[in-house]
Amino acid sequence: MDAYLNLDHVSIDFPTANGAFRALDNVNLKINKGEFVSIIGHSGCGKSTVMNIVGGLYQATEGGVVLQGKEVNEPGPDRAIVFQNHALFPWLTCYQNVELAVKSVSGHRRNRKQIREWVEHNLELVHMMHAKDKLPSEISGGMKQRVGIARALSMEPKVLLMDEPFGALDALTRAHLQDSLMEIQSELNNTVIMITHDVDEAVLLSDKIVMMTNGPAATIGEILEVNLPRPRKRLELADDQQYNHYRSEVIHFLHERHARKVA
Amino acid sequence: MKDKLIYFLELTGMTWFVPVVRMLAGEAPLKQAQLLVQMIGLPLLAMLIFLMLWHIGAAKVITSLGQVPGPTQVWEQSMVLLDEHRAERERERQFYERQELRNAERLAADPDAEVRIRPFTGRDTFIDQVQTSLKTVFVGFLLASLIAIPIGIVSGLSQNLYSAINPLIQILKPISPLAWLPIVTMVVSALYVTEDPMFSRSFVTSAIVVMLCSLWPTLINTAVGVSSIDRDLINVGRVLRLNYLTTVLKIVIPSSIPMIFTGLRISLGIGWMVLIAAEMLSQNPGLGKFVWDEFQNGSSTSLSRIMVAVLVIGGLGFVLDRIMLTLQKVFSYDKTAIIR
Repeated sequence: MDAYLNLDHVSIDFPTANGAFRALDNVNLKINKGEFVSIIGHSGCGKSTVMNIVGGLYQATEGGVVLQGKEVNEPGPDRAIVFQNHALFPWLTCYQNVELAVKSVSGHRRNRKQIREWVEHNLELVHMMHAKDKLPSEISGGMKQRVGIARALSMEPKVLLMDEPFGALDALTRAHLQDSLMEIQSELNNTVIMITHDVDEAVLLSDKIVMMTNGPAATIGEILEVNLPRPRKRLELADDQQYNHYRSEVIHFLHERHARKVA
Repeated sequence: MKDKLIYFLELTGMTWFVPVVRMLAGEAPLKQAQLLVQMIGLPLLAMLIFLMLWHIGAAKVITSLGQVPGPTQVWEQSMVLLDEHRAERERERQFYERQELRNAERLAADPDAEVRIRPFTGRDTFIDQVQTSLKTVFVGFLLASLIAIPIGIVSGLSQNLYSAINPLIQILKPISPLAWLPIVTMVVSALYVTEDPMFSRSFVTSAIVVMLCSLWPTLINTAVGVSSIDRDLINVGRVLRLNYLTTVLKIVIPSSIPMIFTGLRISLGIGWMVLIAAEMLSQNPGLGKFVWDEFQNGSSTSLSRIMVAVLVIGGLGFVLDRIMLTLQKVFSYDKTAIIR
């Protein structure tokens, strides 16, 4: 049977002054329904490009993305994106930000009451109901990202795309949000692709870690299956042998075999 | 109450009253007094020095119309202008009163008599001229905004359109209102021919000249504001599959409001400056014509009266700018941004 989401021989060229620059070369990836996949690699290796192609924001030069047997080549709410810098509309409150998404995606099949309930349900999921009437400028970075996640979830996506969602946050806030994300994931069992450069984050959250080689012409170097039982607990895992084994695998890949030549 | 008042004062740019409010509310009076000296005392001192220099300097220059007026003469003339206005209004009132009295008498004598009220045709006072000027600049500015904002938004969204019209904008932008005036005058007199014109021709001419000159800052600022929207916000719109109109209404306009208003403020300032020149030449009743008439008149009080007009022009320009600033703060989502 075909995979739920299939990246089939995806390559992309960007035009530059010196001709085409091949950023990604021959990326093949199959993702099953309900799988949590992290893409990890050094900065500039094109991991965000992979996500942008899946999200439909970029067009692959060769190959394509097939979701549930259908090719996707433009953005849509079935592949909701959580942006690194949250990308909330600064003139709308948290509630209105989610509401805008709900209204444009499912406004035609929900009445006013159902829209309100669905918005509130998603804000509840990320524990942001207490600040629903605040503007993004009035809440912390971690809270903004929670609302960003709520907005993406409210679109009921087939695949949730997260572009370094916790990259701009401090370590403690990041840990909190990772825990929240695991909790949500155990409830909704979404198919998730997360871009990250944090080894612990990748091992803790993922079912599969996709390790990218360095660009130009970056591609998938290795795929690591993470078979740790869920629910996973940060504290227990810290001394877990299996966990540390996965961790060192990723570190070896990143810093030994594919170390960056220039810092 | 106190906080609301302070918010209002900050919104309208009257920040210099904030310490007074805080002091009256009994909030750290000493510190507020210091702030007060800084915010009101220093500008007041500068104003006094300016008036003194003016007074001394003016006395030293003798023109063919006599000495250049100092602050006191200008103040006297401004009172005279106000009195003239009141006298003219009084005459107008009496004129209509007389007519009504006469009409009433005629109707009493013969109920079928045809009565009508003749309009008052007194000369325009200074205050009337100010009102005409404000009306003209407002119409010109409104026309300019209605044209510039939509074009700015569309060309900010489309790189191709922007490159297409950019050279045109750059060429038309630096043209002086005085150069436009003869062309506009001819075009208006060719096209604006009606039996019963709603506006006088000179009014239309001045308003269009104002429009031509105040289009560009709004257009350019809107285009720049629109093209510099955070890519991620646009991408959110793409993920949500918003159509063009919804994208413009829900994402583009709200996020470029600050830049649009910056453009509008510059435009209004330019429009006000251009207006005076346009009125002088097109003989549209307004402040420009007042200045020109006084200059031609050449009496011993002319220079003082012109000076009054100059100060009023400056003061009204300041007020218009403040109004735009307040609107900008009201409509902008980022209330904390410092806007000068």
